[in-house]
Formats: sequence, C-alpha cells, structure tokens
Amino acid sequence: MTAEPNTSDNTPKTAMDSEAIEKAIRRMAHEIVERHDSTNRIVLAGIPTRGVEVARRLADHIEKIEGVRPYLGTLDISMHRDDLSTRGKVTALEVTDLPVDLDARPLVLVDDVFFTGRTTRAALDALASFGRPSTIQLAVLVDRGHRELPIRPDYVGKNLPTSREEKIRVRFENLDGVPDSVVVIKP
Amino acid sequence: MSTWTRKDLTGLDELTAAEITFLLDTARAFKGVGERSLKKVPALRGKTLVNFFVEPSTRTRTSFEVAAMRLSADVVNISATASSLQKGETLKDTALNLQALQADIIVLRHSSPGSSRFLAERLDSSIINAGDGAHEHPTQGLLDIFTIREKFGRIEGLNIAIVGDILFSRVARSNIFGLLKLGANVTLVGPSTLVPKSFEKLGVRVSHRLDDILAEVDVVNLLRIQHERQRKEYFPGLGEYVSLFGLTKARAAKLKPSCLIMHPGPINRGVEIDSDIADGHQSVILEQVTNGIAVRMAVLYSCAGGAGVPT
Repeated sequence: MTAEPNTSDNTPKTAMDSEAIEKAIRRMAHEIVERHDSTNRIVLAGIPTRGVEVARRLADHIEKIEGVRPYLGTLDISMHRDDLSTRGKVTALEVTDLPVDLDARPLVLVDDVFFTGRTTRAALDALASFGRPSTIQLAVLVDRGHRELPIRPDYVGKNLPTSREEKIRVRFENLDGVPDSVVVIKP
Repeated sequence: MSTWTRKDLTGLDELTAAEITFLLDTARAFKGVGERSLKKVPALRGKTLVNFFVEPSTRTRTSFEVAAMRLSADVVNISATASSLQKGETLKDTALNLQALQADIIVLRHSSPGSSRFLAERLDSSIINAGDGAHEHPTQGLLDIFTIREKFGRIEGLNIAIVGDILFSRVARSNIFGLLKLGANVTLVGPSTLVPKSFEKLGVRVSHRLDDILAEVDVVNLLRIQHERQRKEYFPGLGEYVSLFGLTKARAAKLKPSCLIMHPGPINRGVEIDSDIADGHQSVILEQVTNGIAVRMAVLYSCAGGAGVPT
C-alpha cells in the first residue's frame, strides 16, 4: 500500500437510529399511498434479506393508513445477477415468493440500500419472468449514491452521501438482535 | 450466512453437512423456477456446459441438460460412441480438448471410479460427477435427500432403508454419505452377496431380511437390479429376488402410512417394486425426477460461481 495511513476517525458512525428509521419508513409509506390509486392493491416485493423486512414494515404502515394490507412478497435476485463467476463464492439463495399474479398490478420493489443499481436491474429482469406489473417503482431505506446504471429510486428513506470504500450496515432488531440502526463504516 | 466455494462436485463423501445443506437450500430456490411460466433465469448466460457421457445414460443427461438450459447455459452433448475415446485418446487428453474448447462446466459420466476427481484436479473447468463407476452419483444422492427433506422437513433421526444392489450402486454410496452426514439412520437391505456386512464400517446397519425392517422405516429407497452389470452368481434368479426383497403389495401394507417409497429409476415393474405400488400414493418416484432438475440447477449454479478450494 502506498496510500497514507488513515489517521482520520474511522469508528462506525450511526447515520440513522431506530426512531429515524421508523419515521423514514412511515413517511415512505405515506408517499407510496399518495402516489397510488387505492382501488388496486399494491404488491410490495422485498429483496432479501433486509429489503424483505423494510417491505414488511412499509406494509404495516400502509395498512394503518389505508385499512388494507398490500400484498407482500420476496424476490430473490441472485440467479438473475450477471456477476456470478466474478465473485468467487456463492451465497445461499432465498426462495422467491410472490403471493399474487403480478399482471396489471402496481408493484414496489423494496431494498435496504441503493448503491450501484445492479441489484435493481437484476430484480427487473427477475420480475419479467413472473408477470407484467402495470408499474414498477423502487423504495429504499438508504440511497448511498454511486449509481452505475440509469436507475433511481422513487422513494428514499434517507440520502446518505458516502465514499465508494465505505460500507453501510443496516441492522434490524427482530432479525439481528441489536437495536435498529444504519451505520457507516469507514474502510 | 452460509457460502459455497467449490468449483467441482465429485462426491458427497467430501462435502460437509453444511455444504450439503447449502445445496439443498439452493435447490429449493431453484425449484420455484420450474413452477414459473417462464422457466429460465440468466445465471449461467454465456457459459458452455459439456455433457460428457462415456457410459450410456438418458435420464441423468437429460436432467442436466434441462437444468443447464433453465440457467441459460449453452449445452453440448458428447457420448461415448461419438467420442475419440474409441479412437484411443486418453480421458485426460479428451478433457483437455474440451477445456481448450472453453467448456466452463464438464458433466462427466464414466465407468472408472475416481475419474471425476482425476479431471477436477487437472482442469480449470468445473467438473460435475454424473456417476463414476460404482463410486458415487452425487446429484442422485442429493435429489433423493432433497425429496426426503421436502416431505419430512428434516433428515436427522429418520430411519431410511436402501434396498437391493448396494454392492454395485453408486447411488447407494452417495445416499449413504449424504444421509449419514445429515444425521439419518441408514439400513442397507439385500442378499449378502449384494449387501456384504463390511458396509457396516460406513456407519450403517446391514439387514438381509426386508420383512424385519418394514414397520420401522420412514423411507424405503429401492435400487434397480442392474441386469447389465450382474453376473449370475450374485443371486439365483429374479423370482427369488422378488420373493425375498421385492416391495410387493403384501410388504407395502406393512409400511407406516407416512413412509415414502423411492426409486432412482428406471424401475423394473414387478421386480424391485410392484407395479401398483410404484404408482401408489406413497410413491415419490416422479417427484424425484422433477426435484432432480432443481438439484442439478443448484449444483451447476454453485460450482460455476465457486472459485475452487485448494486441494
């Protein structure tokens, strides 16, 4: 390494605590309701692992607001990615579970962090083999920048400018056993 | 989170319980692909798979072919009669030529035990064992275990009988290795000529009387009597085999109602299994075939993405 040793403070920085996460998800739920015709039930499709949890929480809020619970599904996109052989190891796949025929329904993809956009591209590919939603939108808890494709989220919990080297760690109490948090970790 | 790093699958003996579970979980995700109207995902787009079968096989080769196509790989089939092996080329030279043709994955069926490992250690391509002599047939073992796990939700603690021609069976070996690693109790059943006591060294029970174990088993996996491999001295005749080890209606009636009846195919109706029992509600023989595609998709996907572990 020829770079200067990193002397700046590199302890993880909390970008969102549980209250901020709760508020952001609630606001996104309101925005989703506002921008959809309530006569047609929305499908929320979470991308594993934590996108599924964000989608579940969005569904809870939308149900409170509208009195109707959106359809909630899981969309595993690993088998639709284009970088299988460059990763060197394979991680476990989740079972895709979409509870309803997608044709002519509005669908909102949900993920925890938006980064390059490649996950979203794969998700769009994957969706094509299940049906033809009337519209597809994207909701993310955190947009960290560094898009590599002409894809941007429709609903954002928090814009969080980062450097490429930093990592964003999202934790949910019910999955991870630690309080809800979004943390920026410096390299 | 569990991960997979191997480039090859040459047997279940060399896998850990966690690796076997990884493949079973991955297969579960791929099973969903077969239930969609568009049964294809782009995971192996641009990859070339060579089905290199130096021993005849239709169902295994077809299953690999369907699996590869559902993953968007390009597939080439080479069979023994068409290959240069008959012209005197060695296995290694043939395989090096396949690699020079830039095959990313070679699915190998060969009569010599260890042939897959031999190539896996020498080539950069992923090598998938589709049966090497009487050694292993790991994807068949995996699909049997997948089918059992899907029905019972677990493998641990189940009593599983494998019946028939164990001595010559690579299917039996892969089942034994995989099932024991996942905590099943395995009993091998057959005439002493085909199921010698020495198998007990693997950690299984050996029984020479099918009637003794029928009431206690959760799964009975019937192996095909391989007429083409057997010389006459292993058992006196098919009639005697049926009377002692065939799953007749009378024997099937003694099974638990929840007991699964499995067979890797092709079945000899009236030999290993009564024709009506093969079509009955406890039989999962055709589900095994469907699950085979999902399991092979999982294996191809995982090995194509694995960087390879140092051997």
